[in-house]
Amino acid sequence: MTVTSTEKLFVKGNEAVAMAAIEAGCRCYFGYPITPQSDIPEYLSRELPKSGGEFLQAESEIGAINMLLGASATGVRAMTSSSGPGISLKQEGISYMAGSELPGVIIDIMRSGPGLGGIDASQADYWQATRGGGHGGYRIIVLAPASVQEMYDLTMLAFDLSDIYRMPAMVLSDSVVGQMKESIVANPRAKLALPEKNWVVRGRAEGEEQKIVKSLHLGDGEMEAFHWQMDARYHELADKECRWEEVETADAELIVTAFGSTSRIAKTAIVMAREAGMKVGLIRPISLFPFPKKAYAQLSERCKLFLDIELSTGQMIDDVRLSVARDAEVAFYGRPPGAGSLPTPEELFEQIRKNYRATA
Amino acid sequence: MRYDVFIAGYGGQGVLLAGNLLSYAAIHEGKNVSFFPAYGVEKRGGAAMCTVVFADGETGSPVVGNPSVSVLLNQLSFDKYASKVKRGGVCIVNSTLIDIGGLTIPEVEIVQVPMNQIALDMGDVRMVNMVACGAYIEKTGAMQLSSLEAALKKALPERNHKLIPANVNAMNAGAKAAKG
Repeated sequence: MTVTSTEKLFVKGNEAVAMAAIEAGCRCYFGYPITPQSDIPEYLSRELPKSGGEFLQAESEIGAINMLLGASATGVRAMTSSSGPGISLKQEGISYMAGSELPGVIIDIMRSGPGLGGIDASQADYWQATRGGGHGGYRIIVLAPASVQEMYDLTMLAFDLSDIYRMPAMVLSDSVVGQMKESIVANPRAKLALPEKNWVVRGRAEGEEQKIVKSLHLGDGEMEAFHWQMDARYHELADKECRWEEVETADAELIVTAFGSTSRIAKTAIVMAREAGMKVGLIRPISLFPFPKKAYAQLSERCKLFLDIELSTGQMIDDVRLSVARDAEVAFYGRPPGAGSLPTPEELFEQIRKNYRATA
Repeated sequence: MRYDVFIAGYGGQGVLLAGNLLSYAAIHEGKNVSFFPAYGVEKRGGAAMCTVVFADGETGSPVVGNPSVSVLLNQLSFDKYASKVKRGGVCIVNSTLIDIGGLTIPEVEIVQVPMNQIALDMGDVRMVNMVACGAYIEKTGAMQLSSLEAALKKALPERNHKLIPANVNAMNAGAKAAKG
């Protein structure tokens, strides 16, 4: 489907990811089915070949991530997607990609765990995503959409950021945003200025210098230097690429913080709180790595009470606590993932009321 | 203005198609829409439900704890969800399959429409979801019936477009029955 139009389309979050991948120029998709993300390979198996791309169902998640590594090393835009146990299997390959400075987009539609867990919405893979996930001490770009439109927009962005910073980028979502349908405008924004991929390996023309893509650094001081170089890149990301949304924070006595699907539920709870006369706002990180620390620090200079809400027993709260002023309090409300654990706006409103105190 | 409607029944009653239709109709009227489905792993006969939220501005939460309108198509969903309807709200029930057993919910209007019977009288019980959509529009005025007709063209595959007139008739019959 050609999606370059201003017409409103009514699509699933997962389909929006797949549409955006094609629009972003993804040439290769490698994956293995798992609920609740299988709409992505389903769509791409049908549509990607039409635009000249290659769809391949791998023999396993491990196969798929290593195919992503190989495709990326030749310079093409490539993507994989999975959920829960499948993302765990991919961690070795993601570590190798980070070590080889290879771009590539990984879509994680979170489901509950540990182990096989279940197919319900979860946010309990926040740590796994934002702390690197595999071995060796690395980070990847992590973006967290809260709407079907953002599933589209952030997938596009993930491809660009991944190319610019030469590291894997993950879109971290869950089965609520993946399975729900919303109206979107497939609106390809102006592409970011992308660096030339002068490092790709696809055959050596006469007289060209040899190019090597590898994650093995054995020379004296070589590995250490690589780590500091990557660290500098993470700091550059933190300076330039933090993204977040604030709602009614200017006069807030309590600021709710949540990402992805939970932030959507919280938004309605905040409307209810405002109607009940409470000054409540929201900060929603859109980039989870880099985490928008400065935005939290600034808000906490004035507002001293935060309420962190997650579909877990508390993971993002670590980053929130590291970001806010020392005298700010961070309360927590969590619903660990599983059947029947998705909170309602009414429930979150009760939590706001319980924690709220006006300073005036 | 923000509208929300919760639709529940068993798989095969067209719960998800009804939700999709209301979504397309709301988009047709320029609204922003969130459609959030939930259903069992069964191909047929399992629980099926969906929530549709539409608004001029942001739709906010796709999840609704206390819907302002619920459309309940079988006994199981009535027993489970009728009491969750928000005060001041409307609960539209398929009285062919649901015995409300004298239940009253404070400040909630219960509207009984024999949806299966009406659909059967129109020629096909599978139109029960169309009857439900008609009843919903009649009781809420949330959208125009003509928008729903336009939605049918979007939601149904081309090969089924010949069935649109029959479906529109079923919607009208549902609206008429809900008027009482």
